[in-house]
Amino acid sequence: MATVAEPNKNLKTGLKYLLLVLVALVFLFPMVFMVVSSLKPDLQLLRDTSSIAAFLPVGDISLDNYFAAFRRAPIGLFVFNSVFVTGLTVIGSLFLCSLAGFAFAFLEFRGKNLVLSIVIATLIVPFETIAVPMLMVVNTLPFVGPNGLQWGWLNTYHVQIVPFLADALTIFLFVQYFRDLPKELIEAARLDGATWFQVYAMVIMPIAGPVIATAAILKFLAMYNQYLWPLMVTQSEQFRPVMVGLQYFFQLNTAWGEVMAYLSLITLPVLAFYLFLQRAFIASIASTGIKG
Amino acid sequence: MKTLKTLAGALALTTALSGAAFAQTELSMWYHGAGSTVERELINQIISDFNASQSDWTVVLQEFPQIAYNDSVVAAAVAGNLPDIIDVDGPVMPNWAWAGYMQPLQLSEGALDGFLPGAIGEWDGEVYSVGLWDAAVAMYARKSVLEENGIRIPTLEEPWTKDEFDEILETLQATGDFEYALNLGMADQGEWYPYAFSPFLQSFGGDIVDRSTYLTAEGVLNGDEAIEFGEWWQSLFERDLVPGTSQDMADHQTGFIDGDYALQWNGNWVAVQALEALGDDVLFLPAPDFGNGPKIGAASWQFGVSATSEHPDGASAFIEFALQPEYLAAFSDGIGLIPATAEAAAMTENYAPGGPLEVFYGLSEAQATLRPVTPGYVFAALEFRKALSDIANGADVADALDAAVDAIDADIESNNGYGFEE
Repeated sequence: MATVAEPNKNLKTGLKYLLLVLVALVFLFPMVFMVVSSLKPDLQLLRDTSSIAAFLPVGDISLDNYFAAFRRAPIGLFVFNSVFVTGLTVIGSLFLCSLAGFAFAFLEFRGKNLVLSIVIATLIVPFETIAVPMLMVVNTLPFVGPNGLQWGWLNTYHVQIVPFLADALTIFLFVQYFRDLPKELIEAARLDGATWFQVYAMVIMPIAGPVIATAAILKFLAMYNQYLWPLMVTQSEQFRPVMVGLQYFFQLNTAWGEVMAYLSLITLPVLAFYLFLQRAFIASIASTGIKG
Repeated sequence: MKTLKTLAGALALTTALSGAAFAQTELSMWYHGAGSTVERELINQIISDFNASQSDWTVVLQEFPQIAYNDSVVAAAVAGNLPDIIDVDGPVMPNWAWAGYMQPLQLSEGALDGFLPGAIGEWDGEVYSVGLWDAAVAMYARKSVLEENGIRIPTLEEPWTKDEFDEILETLQATGDFEYALNLGMADQGEWYPYAFSPFLQSFGGDIVDRSTYLTAEGVLNGDEAIEFGEWWQSLFERDLVPGTSQDMADHQTGFIDGDYALQWNGNWVAVQALEALGDDVLFLPAPDFGNGPKIGAASWQFGVSATSEHPDGASAFIEFALQPEYLAAFSDGIGLIPATAEAAAMTENYAPGGPLEVFYGLSEAQATLRPVTPGYVFAALEFRKALSDIANGADVADALDAAVDAIDADIESNNGYGFEE
C-alpha cells in the first residue's frame, strides 16, 4: 500500500509547489520588470514590453538610468525624509495606539464602548474629505522649535508626523489582539501589585510582538506611500518625501528607465523593513486572521 | 579716542551695509519644472542675471514637479501662502485669475510686441500671464511613405481637406504595411485630449463652449457641426484607422518611429526625437481643414503674479526681464519648445529660418487657436475628454455630447456664470 501512496503523495507535493511557484511569479514579475527595466535605455525598454524580453536583462544593459536619476532629483534627501517621517510616525503610533488599545481592552470607564465605536467609525472617512480642513488647521497651529515660537506648520517634518500618530486601524488591531490574551495574566500582575502602566509595559507589550509587527508594517506602508498630504504641506523641496519626488520623473517626454531606477531605489527601504518583520507579521496573520 | 573713532567708523559701515542688504526685497517664485535639469539651469540663469542686474529685488526659486504643481498652488491659495511669482498653464490661467489667485501684470508698454498670441494670457481685458514659449501640434509623416502612395504633401496655404484626409487614411491602412494609419495619442489621457482634439471640433465649426457668451455649451458642443465631428471621430475607430483608448503608452511613444503607424498627430516636443530617428524623411505637416480652417491648440506655461504678492511691481519687473530674446531662445534650445517671438526664433538652432523645426513656428503663427478663455475651461475640458473617450468606445454621439453639455452648463450655472453675464 505504501508503494502506491508514495507516487500520489509526490505528485500532489509537486503540483502544490508548481502552483506556489506560479503564484510567486505573479507577485515577483512586477518587481523583476521594474529592476530589469531600470537597466535599459528608454526605447529598448518600451519595445521590450511587448515580449518576454521585458523580464530579461538583455540588450543594452547599464546603470546609466541610476546615474541620470540621481542627477534629476535629490533622491537621497527624499529617501531620508520618508524614512525619517515614517520611522518617527510608526514608533509614535505604536506607542500611542497600543496605549489606547490597552485602555479599551482592559480598563473600565464610562462610555468605553461608545468611544471605541466612534474611533472605529472614523475608518470610513476618506482622508481626501478632511485634507483641506486639516490643511487650514495646521496652517494656524503654533510650534515651539529651535527657532522659538512659530505659527503655522507648513514646510516642516512635524506636519507630516503629528496628524498621523493615532489612527483607528492601529488602535483596532491592538484592541483585538489584547482582548484575546488570557485575563489571568493581568489579574496575576495586578495581584502582585503592578500598576496599570507596569502591566502594559512589562506584561502585555512583551507578548504583543505579532500585532506590533502587523501594525508597524501597515503603518509603515501607509506613511511611506503618502502623497496627497505631503504634496499639500511641503512646498519646500527640503521636506519632500519619495512619492512626491516620483513626480520629478514625469516630464513631457518621460524617461521611463529613470522612473524604474527611482522606483527600484525607493522600494529598498520597504523591502528591508518587511523582511525584518516578516516572521512576526506572518505569525500575526496566523493568530488574528488579519490580512494586510 | 582713536579706538572710539574706529568703533564709530565700524558702526557706520555696518549700518550702511545693513541698509544695503535691507534694500533688497525677497521675491518668492514657484516654477513647475522640478526634475528637468535643463529647465533648472535655464531658470536659475535668468534669476541669477536678474538678481545681479539691480539692487531692489532678489528672486528666490522653489521648484515643483509639473504633475503636482497645480494641486500645490491650490493648496497654497487655501492656506494663504502663495509666492510672489507663479507659473501657470495657459488654459488654467483664467480659472486662477477668477478664483483670486492672480493679479494683472504690470508690464511696460510694448513689452509684448511681436509675441505669439498663444504666449499671452489675457483675462477680463487684462494680461495676467505671459509665456517664454508656445507649443504646436503637427501631423508627423514620412515623406517616403507619402510619395510611395501618391499622397500630396499639404502646405499651410493648402492643407488636406476632410475628404482628402479620410481618403489618405484609408489608402495608408489598405497598404497593410502599418498596424494603424494614424496615431492620435489616445494613450495620453490628460490635457492632451482637449489640447490636441478640440481644434478638430473647432475646424468642423463646433467648440467646447459658446465663446460669444461663455455661459453655455449648448449648440456648439452638441450642434450639427459637433455631431458631424463626433460621427467622424467615431468612424476613425470603427474603421480601425487609429488605435483606441486602450492604446499602450509604449506604442504611442515608439509606434511612429518603429513604422507601426503611418502618420502621427503629436506635439513639437517629440520632433527632435523623430528627426534623430528618421532624418530628412520625417515631415511636420499642418492640421487638415475640416471645413472651418485648419486649427491647432495654443498656449503653454506662462509666468504671472499671485494676487497676494505685496510686490507686484518687483514680480512684474522680473517677468519682463525674463522676456528678453536671448532667454526665449535659450529655453527653446534647451527644451525644444517654440520661442514666443520671431526675433528669438531667429536666434535658436531649430526654429531659425531654414532650421529643422521652423515649420512649427509657422504652424503656431498661422493655425493656433486658444482653448476657451474661461475659468470654466478646467471643468469643461474634463467633460470634453470623457465625451471623446465614450464616443471612441462606441457611445451614441448625440447622447455623449448632450451629456457633456448638460454637465458643463450645470457647472457654469453653479458658479454663477464664472463672472460672465448675459
